[in-house]
Amino acid sequence: MKLTGSKILLESLIQEGVDTIFGYPGGTVINIYDDLMGSSIKHVLTRHEQAAVHAADGYARATGKVGVAIATSGPGATNTITGIATAYMDSIPLVVITGQVPTALIGNDAFQEADLIGITRPITKHNYLVKDVNDLARIIKQAFYIARTGRPGPVVVDLPKDVQIATAKFAYPDTVELRGYKPTFSGNVRMVEKAVKMMLSAKKPVLYVGGGATLTDAHGELLELAETLQAPVTTTLMGMASFPTRHPLSLGMLGMHGTYYANMAVTNSDLLIALGARFDDRVTGKISTFAPHAKIIHVDVDPTSIKKNVRVDLPIVGDLRDVLQKMNKKLAEHKDETALAKETLKSWHEEIAAWRSEQPMKYRSSKTEIKPQFVIEKLRELSDDDAIITTEVGQHQMWTAQFFDFTQPRTFLTSGGLGTMGYGLPAALGAQAAFPERQVIDISGDGSFQMNSQELATLVQYRLPVKIVILNNNFLGMVRQWQQLFFDKRYSETCMELPIDFIKLAEAYGANGLRASKPEEVEEVIKQALAIPGPVIMEFKVSREENVMPMVPAGAGLNEMVLRTA
Amino acid sequence: MRHTISVLVENEFGVLTRVAGLFSGRGFNIESLSVAPTLDATISRMTIVTSGDDRILEQINKQLNKLIDTIKVIDFTGEDFIEREMALIKVSAEEATRAEILRICDIFRGKVVDVTPKCYTVEVTGSPVKVNAIIDLLRPMGIKELVRSGPVVLGRGPKGWKGN
Repeated sequence: MKLTGSKILLESLIQEGVDTIFGYPGGTVINIYDDLMGSSIKHVLTRHEQAAVHAADGYARATGKVGVAIATSGPGATNTITGIATAYMDSIPLVVITGQVPTALIGNDAFQEADLIGITRPITKHNYLVKDVNDLARIIKQAFYIARTGRPGPVVVDLPKDVQIATAKFAYPDTVELRGYKPTFSGNVRMVEKAVKMMLSAKKPVLYVGGGATLTDAHGELLELAETLQAPVTTTLMGMASFPTRHPLSLGMLGMHGTYYANMAVTNSDLLIALGARFDDRVTGKISTFAPHAKIIHVDVDPTSIKKNVRVDLPIVGDLRDVLQKMNKKLAEHKDETALAKETLKSWHEEIAAWRSEQPMKYRSSKTEIKPQFVIEKLRELSDDDAIITTEVGQHQMWTAQFFDFTQPRTFLTSGGLGTMGYGLPAALGAQAAFPERQVIDISGDGSFQMNSQELATLVQYRLPVKIVILNNNFLGMVRQWQQLFFDKRYSETCMELPIDFIKLAEAYGANGLRASKPEEVEEVIKQALAIPGPVIMEFKVSREENVMPMVPAGAGLNEMVLRTA
Repeated sequence: MRHTISVLVENEFGVLTRVAGLFSGRGFNIESLSVAPTLDATISRMTIVTSGDDRILEQINKQLNKLIDTIKVIDFTGEDFIEREMALIKVSAEEATRAEILRICDIFRGKVVDVTPKCYTVEVTGSPVKVNAIIDLLRPMGIKELVRSGPVVLGRGPKGWKGN
């Protein structure tokens, strides 16, 4: 039996196990939307295509599955760009389907035409323009395979309108043939053995964990390795929640706004074990003073990440979970040595404990003003253990990383690599669509929130009870902080002069709004909000010029942290 | 340091942009690039001349391999290989210089492929060094126009890229 291209697309999605997609209709995808009526696939209509991609991204991060978004050609497609780039930088598996003008019109500057393949080439893992309906099923199969294997990432499928209408025999392929794409899954056993040898002889080891641990669901293996070695663990922003923050071996986050003790531990370590992390500049600070005494083991599924920014003594290419399993297995043969790890590393642990007590993660509390960090702490106290937290980008994001304790994997969704303001609300929407019963909380600032606030409509329409925390300081706080510290307090265009009534805004969309202006109101607002079954905005009027501290100034070394604002 | 790399890619829509865009997006140099299909019409072969230190070259190799359409990357640095480039050179040929042009052509085993009363077009093939040399010699006669193909390379010996 022959099917139309649009039906083949939907059938292929069903074959891939897709149950929810996020999108926005338009002229060149109208056939697909017509076939969506009555399909088993649930479609969530966002209010902006960028939000559709972020929602698919949030869905993917929360579930580990491939997220799917759909948009029409031209402006619909160009609106997806920020969402695609966000997913690309954080290695999130997505398939983004965009409509395209009919093949005969491509290149003619047709109405709502944009060269999406050209535009998305540098921000996708791969992209396809489907020119023949007979290729469609194969391409969808390949797109999903490429998106989720190796180092995951977004794949764009650009689908001209005439290809959606044309018919072909539908047979979904069982296998994928890509002679140019064979990602290394299995870590080299010899290299693992060498790594284990180095681990056993290290006096000051540190595990430095990135997003790879989340992407491969390796939290169990990671915990085992850390406890066997008794090695302290620091995570990147992307690695947060893959290791319990309250664990005695946890040092919290490292880097620009990391903890003093994490940065000191890295600077003084003799063996840095990088697990699914890529030595981003926000992590390393000045390269020449980064971990100067350490031998570096780097495990990553993407060979291009290795030796890109720092020298590496032992590279291991492979799936992080696979490599960790092999490491743990090998370490099990050395029980005599690992049993003594606590003793062997005693002085290292003492050194770290001293840094920790010297400069613990703290803030100056206040009885008169709401401190943003206080809100984060209260939120942790009052929310469920498995609550999914999303953030936007800026000060609130860093405070969340610093003061929210994560205990379970895939509970912290944030735009790390690209740093996309406006990510958190639609990502929360996507996570909530995946887990209707769990608490999903977007922690936001007043600036970021307004970048995708239209998604309140989507939350209300689909009864997605996302809770939104707005830490409102009427500033673009992170930029203001830089202006305070490095530009002589010249607050150029960072003051959000117009005070928005976020309560009224929530109510306009049919959501609830609650406000706290004094510290003693914080707890009550959170409690009330979490008890409301629908979406709620919680607005906290926080101290306006609070800074994220400590901080490694851009270009400085991790050992040159500024600990407090003078 | 100068490196010559062969990249075997899927002969597909947009593949040249993927490779060229990779170089420009990551700030790698391209000195020259030539591309054409191979015996297997589904595969194209690109020859890229680039430069950079070891770290950059390692990245170029890895990044090229990372492209889904890349089937194989061969860096000829340190290998024994044959490198050939073609040039077409349009040079003024006056009474006084015609014989000299032919002589130079002869030395470099070039051919005159187009003749007009005032102009010869010379075809020459050789290593880039050899092509540079003939250009230097012809320059005083007055080169009106010039096109170079950029080098193509093959490894020496019986082994093909598939290793057999």
